[in-house]
Amino acid sequence: MFENFKARAEASGNTEVKRFATTKEALGFIEEFLAKEEVKDEPGSYAVWAKSPILSQFDNKAMAEKFPGLHFEVTKELAKGAKVGITQLKWGLAETGSMAQDSTDIEQRLASALAWIHVAILPTSKIIADIPALMTKMHPKNDKYITLITGASKTADIERVLAIGVHGPERLVIVCVDDLELEGVQS
Amino acid sequence: MKQDMSASIHKALKNQNLAGILDRWNYPATRAKAFEGIDFEALRTKIADIKGEAAGHLDELAETFKKNAEANGIKVFRANSAEAARQYIADLCKEKGVKKIVKSKSMATEEIHLNHFLDEFGIQSDETDLGEWICQLAHQTPSHMVMPALHLTKEEISDLFEEETKQPLDNDIQKLVKVARKAIREKFFEADMGISGANIAIAETGSIVICTNEGNARLVTTLPKVHVALVGLEKLVPHYTDAAPILAALPRNATSQLLTSYASFISAPTLNDDGSMKEVHIVLMDNNRTKMAQDPKFKEALQCIRCAACLNVCPVYRLVTGHVFGDIYTGGIGTILTAWFNELKSAEDIQALCIGCDKCKDICAAKIDIPGLILEIRHRAAEKEGLPFIYKTALEVINNRRVFHGMLRAASVLQKPFVKEGFIRHLPMFLSGLSEYRSLPSVAPVPFRDLFKTIKQPKCDEKAVFYAGCALDFVYPDAGVAIVKILNKAGIEVLFPEEQSCCGIPHWGSGSFDMAADAAERNILPLLEGDPKYIVVSCASCTTALKKEWAKILKEQHRETLIPKANEVSSRTYMFTELVDKLIKEKRLTPKEGIELHTLTYHDSCHAKRHVGIYKEPRAALSAAGYEIKEMNECDTCCGMGGSYTIKQPEISMQMLKRKLENIEATGAEFVSAECPGCLIQLRGGLDKTGSKIKAIHPAELMVDKFK
Repeated sequence: MFENFKARAEASGNTEVKRFATTKEALGFIEEFLAKEEVKDEPGSYAVWAKSPILSQFDNKAMAEKFPGLHFEVTKELAKGAKVGITQLKWGLAETGSMAQDSTDIEQRLASALAWIHVAILPTSKIIADIPALMTKMHPKNDKYITLITGASKTADIERVLAIGVHGPERLVIVCVDDLELEGVQS
Repeated sequence: MKQDMSASIHKALKNQNLAGILDRWNYPATRAKAFEGIDFEALRTKIADIKGEAAGHLDELAETFKKNAEANGIKVFRANSAEAARQYIADLCKEKGVKKIVKSKSMATEEIHLNHFLDEFGIQSDETDLGEWICQLAHQTPSHMVMPALHLTKEEISDLFEEETKQPLDNDIQKLVKVARKAIREKFFEADMGISGANIAIAETGSIVICTNEGNARLVTTLPKVHVALVGLEKLVPHYTDAAPILAALPRNATSQLLTSYASFISAPTLNDDGSMKEVHIVLMDNNRTKMAQDPKFKEALQCIRCAACLNVCPVYRLVTGHVFGDIYTGGIGTILTAWFNELKSAEDIQALCIGCDKCKDICAAKIDIPGLILEIRHRAAEKEGLPFIYKTALEVINNRRVFHGMLRAASVLQKPFVKEGFIRHLPMFLSGLSEYRSLPSVAPVPFRDLFKTIKQPKCDEKAVFYAGCALDFVYPDAGVAIVKILNKAGIEVLFPEEQSCCGIPHWGSGSFDMAADAAERNILPLLEGDPKYIVVSCASCTTALKKEWAKILKEQHRETLIPKANEVSSRTYMFTELVDKLIKEKRLTPKEGIELHTLTYHDSCHAKRHVGIYKEPRAALSAAGYEIKEMNECDTCCGMGGSYTIKQPEISMQMLKRKLENIEATGAEFVSAECPGCLIQLRGGLDKTGSKIKAIHPAELMVDKFK
């Protein structure tokens, strides 16, 4: 399931899929990533991290001190100038390389729709087959605003030439974590 | 056709930008990849079932949707007309003090000219879909349903952006997109209202589904405090799970993607970031959809999921684009939707562009018989206003065997001064336009019906009736002689009933269904005389008439008595190469050994490939007879003949032929073969005009001396 998901997601345009056995390793990667992207407290260079179950797995305050410019609350104005937006996703779909987001909470949408780079955390165990399978897991009754995200924001409106990052992120980094659910974290 | 239509066709053919873009895309190959592992036929049957059923219960579904969406906190307004929809939105703007609107792509808002209407109240609506924004800056309507600004070049777009942003720009597409991102982004934050359309509306949950690649719909529905979705009633489906097959087919058929970057299900208002509750309004718009659903024929068109695949494969749309072939809704399906949602009158002009090649019918994600419905528009127009006098007279003449054949015989004499090598050369000036781009064939000195009497046939137990069709009878009689010789080798004696006359396809194609039924009536009984085992036809269009259309047209015209006989004809009818393939497989025809190998490329006539599904058999028969087949690019794309199309739309027909000839030449084959005298007239005439060495020839003539 994971291999299919990875192949399809990476074929969908400016998307990288990473896999980590433990949440600790995944968090290590995210730290490295923030350092590499030179996240700092300046417009266009900072990061927003929307409410996610994974946040309870580490010392948020220590992380924020390490990266001035890393915010754990997401407003319209903050999201607008963010370089990196981090969210945790509910389900992955192997058939299309998509992820399902419960975006009822506006923070999820703002962080994943306005930043230049979207870092999407996905428990590996939550990768399922396809949309019909998803429909048995997520229902509009419970989730008022569901978005399926497949690759980066793109357009082919000018001469049918593919261009990435028109209104949303130009890069999607999917961080799959094997033990996220095993540690009792509800996603 | 109106003068301004001809002028716009001429202009469009000069500007081949969009055609070039669609060619470079290579849609068929990328689409095939997207559908790997998926049973398209099963998928589209499912969609047709869901949407067809929904179209039968629009009112009920709309009420269920309203009830469920309102229970979720959404305000739902049912607008019967375009006016009601516009007014509701304008009133809401007034109530909320809305001055600025951001819009994500919505065909329904274009259908009702919403931007223009709101503009009159001093409300500024900005499109945020890149293609739509470009069209807005250019003050133009979309030319393609999925990619609205495909007709404009990057240079033209760069100029538009320069004017808008007041800064010098170069023509790099990636940079232009970034310029648009920057310019549009502020608008999302400034807007008081976001307006969207919807791809699907789910009655069971009161949800709308919106697909975008750019992500603008998520911003339009997130950043402004009021969200209004304008949704045509035909977007309704009963159940949540009904969205799955639509989402599986739509992006694959539209843009060869597995899924669009974003597909959102919005089912209730959500909190804004300041803690206030968003206001969500859904306007369910009828605007003639209910009336369309009540029409037994046109109800089917409400199944459309707006993937625009019909545009991507249409050989005419690819040449003239959406500004000629439709206005808001473009191409084949656009013609039908325009007739119902906008203006029947303009659709009557547009319908004449359809050549009836059926390529769109093959690819439609909702199994809509688009060419059939366009023909129905033609039929209703012909019933209401009658056909032009000259055209009607011509059809009447064709339907009168004695007069028509008499005229053809006279033509064979009168044309003599102009005939050379089977073509009419040096036509008098006033007729020369007819042979501008392809040489015209001459009428044969002796028609097949006369030649037939001179052929000495062996007496055989098994009989086949040969239905020649007008063109083979009077233009290519040698092909008829070859057919008789080949069937004789298989131990089949050929009968030729003299009373046979035109199959009625020209009448059917012009919408004169009564005359088509007359044609069927005249032929059916004579063809069954002598109780033949086979009825052999060697013209793809006539084959379609005998196999499919005669029974259908008799039923349509309420002439039931002959239907059993029409079915009898249908069950015995074979296209010539179809029968040869069968006879070879049954070892009744044995190809000679050690014959020199020639190369040929096979052109699939639209009627053969898509109306009766015959395309493997001719290739198998010709290969067995010793020909190496070199497939051409787009072997099943129309050659531009299309019966009277070549006379009514000469410019388009010529461009289609030009592409076809290029594809034929590129194979380097010695022959091009097609089992349709119409296609052969077009191809042979075109090859003659370009001085090509390749010969267009009927399969029977290629095979006549190849069997033991």
